[in-house]
Amino acid sequence: MDNISLLVQTAPVLNFQLLLDGLLIGAIFALAGYGLALVWGVMNVKNLAQGDFVMMGGYIAWFMTSFGIHPFVGLPIAIVLMFGFGWAMYLLIIRHVIGRDLFTSLLATFGLALVIQQLLNLAFGPEVQVVESGFKIRSALDGMLTVADIKLVALLLAAVLAIMIVLFMKRSRMGQAIRATAQDPRAARVMGIDTENVYAFTYALNAAICGAAGVLISMIWVIQPFFGISYSIRAFVIVTAAGLGNLPGVILAGLGLGVVEQYGGFILGAELQQFTVLAMLLLVLIWRQLEQKRHRQALQ
Amino acid sequence: MKHHLRYSYLFASAAVAVIMASTPVDARVDGDTITLGSAISFSGKYSTNGVHASNGYNLAVKMINAAGGVMVGGKSYKLKIKYYDDESTPLRTAQLGERLIKQDKIQFLLGPYSSATTKAMAPITEKYNIPMVEAEGAARSLFTQGYKNLFAVLSTSEQYLAPVIDVAAAIAKKAGKDPSKIKVAMAFENDPFSLDVRAGVVTAAKKYGMNIVIDDKLPRDLSDMSSTLTKVRALKPDVLVVSGHSKGAATAARQIKELKINVPMIAMTHCEAAKVIKKFGASTNGFLCPTQWGETLSYKDKLFGSAAEYDKLFKSTYDGYKNVPYQAAQASAAVMVWKAAFEKANSFNVDKVRAALASTDMKTFYGAIKFSKAGNNIAKPMVLRQIQNGNLKIVAPLKWASDSVQHPRMVGK
Repeated sequence: MDNISLLVQTAPVLNFQLLLDGLLIGAIFALAGYGLALVWGVMNVKNLAQGDFVMMGGYIAWFMTSFGIHPFVGLPIAIVLMFGFGWAMYLLIIRHVIGRDLFTSLLATFGLALVIQQLLNLAFGPEVQVVESGFKIRSALDGMLTVADIKLVALLLAAVLAIMIVLFMKRSRMGQAIRATAQDPRAARVMGIDTENVYAFTYALNAAICGAAGVLISMIWVIQPFFGISYSIRAFVIVTAAGLGNLPGVILAGLGLGVVEQYGGFILGAELQQFTVLAMLLLVLIWRQLEQKRHRQALQ
Repeated sequence: MKHHLRYSYLFASAAVAVIMASTPVDARVDGDTITLGSAISFSGKYSTNGVHASNGYNLAVKMINAAGGVMVGGKSYKLKIKYYDDESTPLRTAQLGERLIKQDKIQFLLGPYSSATTKAMAPITEKYNIPMVEAEGAARSLFTQGYKNLFAVLSTSEQYLAPVIDVAAAIAKKAGKDPSKIKVAMAFENDPFSLDVRAGVVTAAKKYGMNIVIDDKLPRDLSDMSSTLTKVRALKPDVLVVSGHSKGAATAARQIKELKINVPMIAMTHCEAAKVIKKFGASTNGFLCPTQWGETLSYKDKLFGSAAEYDKLFKSTYDGYKNVPYQAAQASAAVMVWKAAFEKANSFNVDKVRAALASTDMKTFYGAIKFSKAGNNIAKPMVLRQIQNGNLKIVAPLKWASDSVQHPRMVGK
């Protein structure tokens, strides 16, 4: 309660800080969320390794900074590497679980997540790592409001990536093929679309998007081999809230989640920041359930 | 015929296995060698520090053997350590503990790395009544179970940040202010170690009647604590204390820089492990960092010489160390405790050696060592170092301090 009165009376300016922090980080969550929506929608695979792809992207950026390569140069490299990794994982694992029941894909991707975590741990050790972007930190209102430039740049990059993905999905042949396959794989196959190829591309694209999100995360927060799971959970919350194939919804849910987390952390304490994410998931599921009930009644 | 051949193979391998199992691979004292045993983390999440600790054990064994070994009954014995990798999992530590004691017949143990694995090992040593000198498990709860076979050379975790409160109170008094006016902000991870650290801080703050304005818990997979720090900015505390292992230190340092938190006194555990100076530069100036040991302390002993000499020897023995981690120093001290106990007991009888351990009272390069009834070391205080212009300088306790505290901390750009 003290914390709420702090926000309302003592220092209302803090609301700006929380909002800003939430929106800026939420944009990155939205990226990972969109990747999941893609894979889920097109392939019906619930990718539990989502967050671990994010961590991989972060480690690629971190690894390259140790050779003096700036993370922004590392960003496209991470995207390309993760695309290749995603494709390889498709051929190795995901190909065999498409069309199987829910649990097969959950188990397979959970296994993949564990393997990635352990490999990252073996390769880079269990220590927390950070990547320095070298950007300035602005402050305003007598130091009560601070914004790191890197967060603004990350927001911009996330926006650019999102626009590129939208254009790609709308305009390119592959994008159209992906959408066609999402609507009806059999019909798409009849029309001459190589759905196998579409699936591989989609999964690889998702890995690449996650990799990009990871590079941004490594410059804003911290990375560690076992931190992926929290990003997986966030991605699931976002997709569940927004629904599949709804990009504006994903972005809105991502930003909203970022803000809710910041407020949750402030009011309930940092420990319950993650809890607020799960509470959101629960609320979203209940709300969806109610909504479905209404639909059913309408049908009757 | 083929069948016969297969059966004979089976039989032969079974026979070999039986013979292997029945001969003890390592007896506790074999000829002129005393074998100590340890299940320690060579892989998994504790592997970095597990290797530091084993390096510390090995260096002490090497030095003791070179200096004439352990003298018992007028005869010189060499030390040797039998290691197993516990993969950083407490369950495995416990299994390997059984194996060391039951199969390898080892009767003198060195501890694993981390409080969690030590907690798993302690009940095993208690079950078989085998003494263990440990150097890497600091959790308070290890010393509240009434263990008779547990001896720890390091300071327990509730002492990590409590001296910070004493320093804050001393500074306030010096400036003619009332320590009870001091506002303390705390952020601690919700794990046994950090909660111990928290308990120490709370007790110290209560002693001076200080006002705890923030008491946030941090999650295990912490990557963002900006909401806590935003609160800090609003409430303007005089002291900010953080404990959450390396990730806590890294996250706190990153976001203290980003949110430009100007609290006059900031203290956190694991500054060094998280390499905050290297990563966040001048913004970390003035951070107070507790440590078990530092090479600039004026502790001394006959085996290694001064703390600085230990530091030099360690660096020249093992490649790749810029700083000697205290985890290695305290591991070396644990082996020294064993040597002293054998010589004092003048016997390898477990009960006599245990009694000798309990009455340990010695000075080492790592600090004084004297065990309480519960088995923790009560003779060595925790050391506070402050980051001053990118270097860690010892500022407390005053008796061994090389520099004075900068207060309020000078925040660089």
